[in-house]
Amino acid sequence: MIQFQNVTKRFGEFTAIDDLTIGIYEKEFFALLGPSGCGKTTMMRMLAGFESPTEGAIYLAGQDMAPVPPNKRATNMMFQSYALFPHLSIWENIAFGLKREAMPKHDIRDRVDEMLRLTRLEKFASRKPHQISGGQRQRVALARSLAKHPKLLLLDEPLGALDKKLRQDTQFELMDIQEKTGTTFVIVTHDQEEAMTVASRVAVMDHGKIIQVSTPDRIYETPNSVYVADFIGEVNIIDGVATPNGPESYALTWQDGQAPLNVTSPHTFSDGQKAHLAIRPEKVTINAEKPTGVDNLVQGKILDIAYLGNISTYHVELPSGAVIKAQSANTRRISRRAFTWEDTVWLSWTATAGVLLAE
Amino acid sequence: MRRMSWFNTVSLTLGFAFLYVPMLILVIYSFNESKLVTVWAGFSTKWYGELLQNEAFLNAAWVTLKVAVMSSTIATVLGTMAAYVLVRGGRFMGRTLFSGMIYAPLVMPEVITGLSLLLLFIGIGLDRGVMTIVLAHTTFSMCYVSVVVSSRLVTFDKSLEEAALDLGCSPSEAFRLVTLPIIAPAVISGWLLAFTLSLDDLVIASFTSGPAATTLPIKIYSAVRLGVSPEINALSTLMIAIVTLGVITASLVNKRQMVRQKRDAQAAERG
Repeated sequence: MIQFQNVTKRFGEFTAIDDLTIGIYEKEFFALLGPSGCGKTTMMRMLAGFESPTEGAIYLAGQDMAPVPPNKRATNMMFQSYALFPHLSIWENIAFGLKREAMPKHDIRDRVDEMLRLTRLEKFASRKPHQISGGQRQRVALARSLAKHPKLLLLDEPLGALDKKLRQDTQFELMDIQEKTGTTFVIVTHDQEEAMTVASRVAVMDHGKIIQVSTPDRIYETPNSVYVADFIGEVNIIDGVATPNGPESYALTWQDGQAPLNVTSPHTFSDGQKAHLAIRPEKVTINAEKPTGVDNLVQGKILDIAYLGNISTYHVELPSGAVIKAQSANTRRISRRAFTWEDTVWLSWTATAGVLLAE
Repeated sequence: MRRMSWFNTVSLTLGFAFLYVPMLILVIYSFNESKLVTVWAGFSTKWYGELLQNEAFLNAAWVTLKVAVMSSTIATVLGTMAAYVLVRGGRFMGRTLFSGMIYAPLVMPEVITGLSLLLLFIGIGLDRGVMTIVLAHTTFSMCYVSVVVSSRLVTFDKSLEEAALDLGCSPSEAFRLVTLPIIAPAVISGWLLAFTLSLDDLVIASFTSGPAATTLPIKIYSAVRLGVSPEINALSTLMIAIVTLGVITASLVNKRQMVRQKRDAQAAERG
């Protein structure tokens, strides 16, 4: 539905978006994820019409958007600051966009009431924005931006100001509303957990470029670069040199005194090519006794334990000084755990557990 | 309440005495029974009554009021527009120069402003009268309005305007429906400020007024040269009252806005 075609945006000397081409489908929940200053907000502002591309074109349903001013676009935006009109009541805020398009009065009333019901704000219709809480304000902003039946809803860090609990509830609410209304949602966020939770597809951005676009599970399980692997969740990155030792199978020579690691990869690496193995801590098994029949095995000493309640992350130092993180679920009481600080443990993982990435 | 040291008490008293004793004397003598200004002969409001019979003064008062309303209204419109462009216009060429230039009349000696306007009006052959005073007053009070309005606009969240555009407003609708109602208190206090400035201006008005139109300050000034009459005292007292009222209203409007903003901000933080 939306097509970015070689879009570049410069602010003076600074290039915010660099030759970007990407498509967003109809009725999808699309997340733009990246650290601040990566260009994700600029992309959204270009979709809304507040910025225009320096080069390239943006198409919405096949139509070039460049000459269309923001007030004529079938897009609506939910602002990071919510941007509720302080001089109008909640009801008037939601009706604001509808009144602009010469809608009959009773239709406006019906639509506003429908939006109030959808966002469970019926009780607050006559209040002013400063008389309600942050979570309610956020729902007003959502209701206001949905009221006009936009083809595309843009959400700019919509949950940034909420605390964690409220945020999780709202994330599910957002997904719910997206399914009910069938609107295409594009969300901008720097919170990877949020992007993974709500979105059907995630684009990871850095320095005005899109590094990877995929479903949340593929972004997590098969990142295409060290940057993505590192940005999303926790990861161990092991640098080494790959040597083919079978079909789609490689031996990774990584540190003196350690046996090469066995890795599978669908991508081809030449003999002696530098490579990085990205492996998630939860895919590394930690044992007090030496396990048998495993693809990869290293021994080390527990340096640190981060106890998170349901899981613990162990930082294990290898004899070479490298640290590998391993995670395990705390299925037993902490007092019954077989190892603790300074203990020598065995780490193991399968050949398919990690992803081999090129330089 | 903490008690003040004698030094602070004295300096405060002296300072305020310095400011207000002359005015206080004027107000007191406006209620003097005697025709002689310097001799107290008992309380009376008869000079106020006589003032209302004085055609010349009433005429001048009417001119002054007309000039003040017209010039402050024009100044508010122009000043708000200028402030909007300077705050929102982005970094156009010479923006710093413009914003410096709009504040320059604040420090310009009034004599110079008056003289240059006089030369302009003579140059273009405009007959001096109400019209020229209005123009002159607009010129110097506009920059006060733009100072007041632009200080409000600086703290104005730009995304509110963007939200209005996003919801289908044209830029002018966005200004009318969103920006203007929110900055209204600043605009109103700007108007009141311009109104008071116009009301008590003598220098610029004396350069730009003609025989057909005389403002009250000019009238008083010329009357006093023939000797102070109790009538003048009464008139001046009334003017003090009006100006005080204007200034107090302007600051109250602004303060209420500030308080509300602060409360909103706190409420927002609490969530």
